[in-house]
Amino acid sequence: MFYREVGQFKTSYAADQALLPILQDRVGIAVILLIAFVVVPLTASNFALDSILIPILVLSLAATGLNLLTGYTGLLSLGTGAFMGVGAFACYKLTTYFPNVNIVIMVLCSGFFAAAIGTVFGLPSLRIKGFYLAVATLAAQFFLSWCFIRVPWLYNYNISASIEVPTKTLFGLAVTGPTASSITRYLIVLSIVTVLVWMAANLMRGRIGRTWMAVRDMDLAAELIGIKLYQTKLLAFAVSSFYCGVAGAMMVFFWLGNAESESFNINQSFLILFMVIIGGLGSLLGSFLGAALIWGLPIILRAAPPYFGLHIRSATVDQSTFVILGVLIIFFLIVEPHGLARLWQIWKQKLRVWPFPY
Amino acid sequence: MHILYGIFIDPFMQMAHAPDLLAQTLWDGLVSGVLYALIALGFVLIFKASGVFNFAQGIMVVFAALTLVGLNEHGVPAYLALAITVVVMLVLALAVERAILRPLVDQPEIILFMATFGLTYILIGLGELIFGGDPKVMISDQLRLPSGSIRVNTLGGFVQFQKIDIAAAIIASIMVVGLGVLFNRTRIGRALRAVADSHRAALSVGISLEQIWVIVWFAAGIVALATGIMWGARSNVSFALEIVALKALPVLILGGFTSIPGAIVGGLIIGVGEKLGEFYWGPLVGGGIESWFAYVIALVFLLFRPQGLFGERIIERL
Repeated sequence: MFYREVGQFKTSYAADQALLPILQDRVGIAVILLIAFVVVPLTASNFALDSILIPILVLSLAATGLNLLTGYTGLLSLGTGAFMGVGAFACYKLTTYFPNVNIVIMVLCSGFFAAAIGTVFGLPSLRIKGFYLAVATLAAQFFLSWCFIRVPWLYNYNISASIEVPTKTLFGLAVTGPTASSITRYLIVLSIVTVLVWMAANLMRGRIGRTWMAVRDMDLAAELIGIKLYQTKLLAFAVSSFYCGVAGAMMVFFWLGNAESESFNINQSFLILFMVIIGGLGSLLGSFLGAALIWGLPIILRAAPPYFGLHIRSATVDQSTFVILGVLIIFFLIVEPHGLARLWQIWKQKLRVWPFPY
Repeated sequence: MHILYGIFIDPFMQMAHAPDLLAQTLWDGLVSGVLYALIALGFVLIFKASGVFNFAQGIMVVFAALTLVGLNEHGVPAYLALAITVVVMLVLALAVERAILRPLVDQPEIILFMATFGLTYILIGLGELIFGGDPKVMISDQLRLPSGSIRVNTLGGFVQFQKIDIAAAIIASIMVVGLGVLFNRTRIGRALRAVADSHRAALSVGISLEQIWVIVWFAAGIVALATGIMWGARSNVSFALEIVALKALPVLILGGFTSIPGAIVGGLIIGVGEKLGEFYWGPLVGGGIESWFAYVIALVFLLFRPQGLFGERIIERL
């Protein structure tokens, strides 16, 4: 009833293959964008922007990157954190060498450095698959983490061995550094994420996305119908690392403000992988839902006891958070192994037939 | 030229000049290799029988050691604590089978892999809640583990063997032999191998998946306990041990996910390679290469044998 495509006739192939062929989808996306771009900046507090919305957006982009690789191409990678780090450090070096170039361009450029490194570490994927490949990408993770510590050139020989983000302005507004307001940073992050995810969605319905999915479903068969495995897999690594690199650069420049190698360690990689799997493999919507859930849960769990008037030591709260998070991960996997994105599909079907049961 | 000399000639000159140092490095490498191999063994056991890539093996090591030490701290005699810890591992195996494996049967591998992450979180949280997060000292004396070292004068110098390391090597070999017998000579072992080959075929001939899973996870728990005791006796029992589990992963891809001898040989190769690399080539690039050198060794091997040294040959068909 609420979500029916009946009566929406397409008169051209272009209309039929559009990104959002159904009117309800177009309206829904428009409403979400309107809320994100207008309502949220007007109403949200600095805390909400700084510690909930910006992180979720940045992590969603990283999760989207990993989803392109793991969910769409079927290549399991545990090096996401390192590729984010490459983006962050590349962006930092770029701003050092070209201090006057627009910061948004820099952030996007640093993605290409991550893409190059990602392609190099994607080379083993030509020979090995599955968990063997996952462990091979761990090589990237550990080698790059080591580089972030041991190559002082990367952090400009800074004594603290960390990146300090300089203040940059855009149209006269400070967008990075300590003086930048939360709203400015939020809007920039939101714009970049929107554009990149829109590009990813388009990539997925075109030739490239289809070859990726063919490789995921069965790479031997894909090869037989004429897909070049090497190029396809390496392209997947490159594009995925590009997204991760941009996410890493945004994480440092628009969210944290400074970062050291610890921010890009193995736990970060695992966290992004959680988001992708909990959200739903092979679903862009899932990347967002997963990021929101994995980032939001600990915040809620920490805020819950004081809200109910309980006073528990903060250490105990942290430890219980671990346990509860673990239980919830297993619970979600058991209830819906296909991720949160699948839940949305189920609801969509319910909305379509409502008020009838089927 | 200077760099080439540093890479290809200088390290070997050093080795030739100080053979005792080389022997010591080799021994240290073998010893850490044994411990990597023990962790890898736990992985292999579970992967073979249930196809689960058990990320929680590392934290199971910590959890087992913590339980043992924690119980002892509360006044339980060492051997009784050991027995109770074994029971705890059994309970853990039962719980994992009931709460994770059974509901998730026949799901894709990656989902099960994720579930073991959840298990890791739970064990970290529980361990810290119950026993606290501070590093603890392993109760080696109460368990009558040997301490001290043997000094052997040889090769124009001396080599030191820690007694605990020798004990670790012996215990590791006993466990490997025991597992080998269990897998190849007993009824349970045959069932285990059947399950490893195909869950459904095994079910159809009347093998109880539930039972097999509990047995494997329990065996992996025992291996984890032994690893925890050995590793704890060398350093402390703390959550930092979990990092060591990540070292077992290159061992796994080197040896193959499904091979017990592979885990042992792989562990030794990685252990020795890592120590040699760190000692002779590490200074060239500023040291600390232990963290990733193992992965590079494993990757080089993988390029030639994609299924690992001893893994089953991967046959793909349409």
